[in-house]
Amino acid sequence: MKEWQAKLKEFINWWREAFSSSGGLKVIFLKELADNLSSTRMGILFSLVAVACLSALYVAAQSIRQSVGQEETSFVFLRLFTTSGGSLPPFISFLSFLGPLLGLALGFDAINGEYNKRTLSRLLAQPIYRDDVINGKFLAGIAVLAIMIATLGLLVAGLGLVFIGVPPRGEEIGRMLAYLIVSIIYVAFWLSISLLFSLLFRQAATSALAGIAVWLFFAIFAPMLAGIIADGLFPVTDESPPELVLRNAVWKQNLSRLSPTTLYDEATLYLLNPGIRTLGPVLIQQVIGAIPGFLPLSQSLLLIWPHLVGLIAGTLIIFALAYYYFMRQEIRTS
Amino acid sequence: MGNRSPIIVTENLTKHYGPVVAVQDLNLEIYEGEVFGLLGPNGAGKTTTILMLLGLTEPTSGRALVAGLDPTRNALAVKRLVGYLPDNVGFYDDLTAKENLLYTGRLNQIPEAELEQRIKTALEQVGLADHGDRKVREFSRGMRQRLGIADLIVKDPRIFILDEPTLGIDPEGVRELLNLIVRLSREKGKTILISSHLLHQIQQICDRVGIFVAGRLLAVGPLETLGRQVMAGKPLEIELQVEPFNHDLLEVFRSLEGVDRVESQGPYIRLRCAKGKDIRPQLTGLLAERKVSILHLRARGHDLDDIYLEYFQGEGRI
Ligand SMILES: Nc1ncnc2c1ncn2[C@@H]1O[C@H](COP(=O)(O)OP(=O)(O)O)[C@@H](O)[C@H]1O
Ligand SMILES: [Mg+2]
Repeated sequence: MKEWQAKLKEFINWWREAFSSSGGLKVIFLKELADNLSSTRMGILFSLVAVACLSALYVAAQSIRQSVGQEETSFVFLRLFTTSGGSLPPFISFLSFLGPLLGLALGFDAINGEYNKRTLSRLLAQPIYRDDVINGKFLAGIAVLAIMIATLGLLVAGLGLVFIGVPPRGEEIGRMLAYLIVSIIYVAFWLSISLLFSLLFRQAATSALAGIAVWLFFAIFAPMLAGIIADGLFPVTDESPPELVLRNAVWKQNLSRLSPTTLYDEATLYLLNPGIRTLGPVLIQQVIGAIPGFLPLSQSLLLIWPHLVGLIAGTLIIFALAYYYFMRQEIRTS
Repeated sequence: MGNRSPIIVTENLTKHYGPVVAVQDLNLEIYEGEVFGLLGPNGAGKTTTILMLLGLTEPTSGRALVAGLDPTRNALAVKRLVGYLPDNVGFYDDLTAKENLLYTGRLNQIPEAELEQRIKTALEQVGLADHGDRKVREFSRGMRQRLGIADLIVKDPRIFILDEPTLGIDPEGVRELLNLIVRLSREKGKTILISSHLLHQIQQICDRVGIFVAGRLLAVGPLETLGRQVMAGKPLEIELQVEPFNHDLLEVFRSLEGVDRVESQGPYIRLRCAKGKDIRPQLTGLLAERKVSILHLRARGHDLDDIYLEYFQGEGRI
């Protein structure tokens, strides 16, 4: 009986300790937030991304103004993001290409930095939960990314208004917000990758390089690889039957959708181009009789739903891996 | 030395890293209010023991109790009671000394209003009052170590655990640091556990020490009794200097019962007694008879220097 009571008491203590807040998460979150916002590294990167995106915006605004009256004018505001002018790619390409860098820069030395500064064991000896450290860092990183992307979005909205003089409609605002949120999720994915690498590699330089390697792979090589594999499985020639051509195309697309970059690019394309109904191969029969027009936002969201789920799941899985490594890691610094 | 209730207890505490035995069956009691030195050469398992006391590493078997709490189950409660200065402590280089202390203070839920004051006094106590607003990047090794102590003073725990606190500091710095530690113990009644491989530095301030070698505790107790404990079971060696000295004397010693070996080494004569024998009582009488006076007599194997020789050789004696 006595033993039983002691066991119960112990369990209650454990329960209380495991699920009450230590307050550590908030303190760590605030410190990391301040660190990130004041760091030179983030200043440089944000300036780079901002300059690239804003010049894209400027060029886009120029070409939109020139074509006023000649082209379709609906959703002109969204075209600020998607129009490329002359030599410069559009805003969405810049953000898609440089966004991952922001995420990688925030996390690549998150844990191994503490380790190399020899602050980790001191930190973990304070009365906080171990996971407060990694959660606080992850959340602070997401907060910083959200702040930066929201700033970019607002800058574009404000300047766009000045340049083209057409105020956005409600639907356009909705689509822009959705686009910004998807972008935040996408860079959060890269943040979780860099966090994981900061645990796997003791040297910050190694972890940064690994992150950049993965980024280049997804941005440049993954689409090529998808093509090569699909062509290998279903070789297509000019005389190939249509089924084979179709199958090749479907495989190519599905394989490339394994890459978060493809998922993100497709999702943003749907969001910012209400005219797009599908990105997959389309048969002539399917198009015949279709009424050209725009999808409402809710329909576009429905289309990108799988993409969103994929991105979020990827982020969570990689963060969970990082979490697992961190909880098991030997913390001694000597 | 406060009341005699143990505040840290380990029961057959064991830690294996794969085939490596870091700590084996450690049974230790550290009392409230004492300064305890955990002494042992590098790789003895001191840091591992400390990490297990803090719940930062899980024991393979056995358990530790800190103020009655098991660190693996009540890690948070234990960490509230214990302040830990890791060996080679690190700080956030881009922050000032004060900002670093603020961070740990907040992690310990010390109210903001009180925290400012605590940090000020702590920095004064460790002699860094004028450097509070400097970035830690500019700090020397000794200053970092003192900042580490200030970090603990701000937290104001019941138990201080300091891992190799004197490593890499100049002798003057070591003296100041040890004074600081002694003051914490004497004035505030804190329990202090210091680990070190520098026996000579730490011995002056410890009430009791444990000698820790290759994961095992060889002996525990006040310094005076340690030599006997460690060397128990080993034959006694007597080092002797006499005047006047002639070689006949060696023969006399050899003929004594209970003497295994006699040799002269420079001005000294070395007598190795048989196991369990001690011929010192007979020695004085014997020499007095021959009108030979003793200049020096030492039982080797019974004092700390011999422990150093035996276990700590080449471990940076100062
Ligand atoms: N993470 C680890 N993996 C394997 N062996 C370890 C690990 N940490 C420590 N050891 C081993 O445990 C032993 C004790 O180490 P440690 O506690 O650091 O000694 P000390 O602090 O007394 O110098 C050493 O032999 C060391 O090599
Ligand atoms: Mg050590």
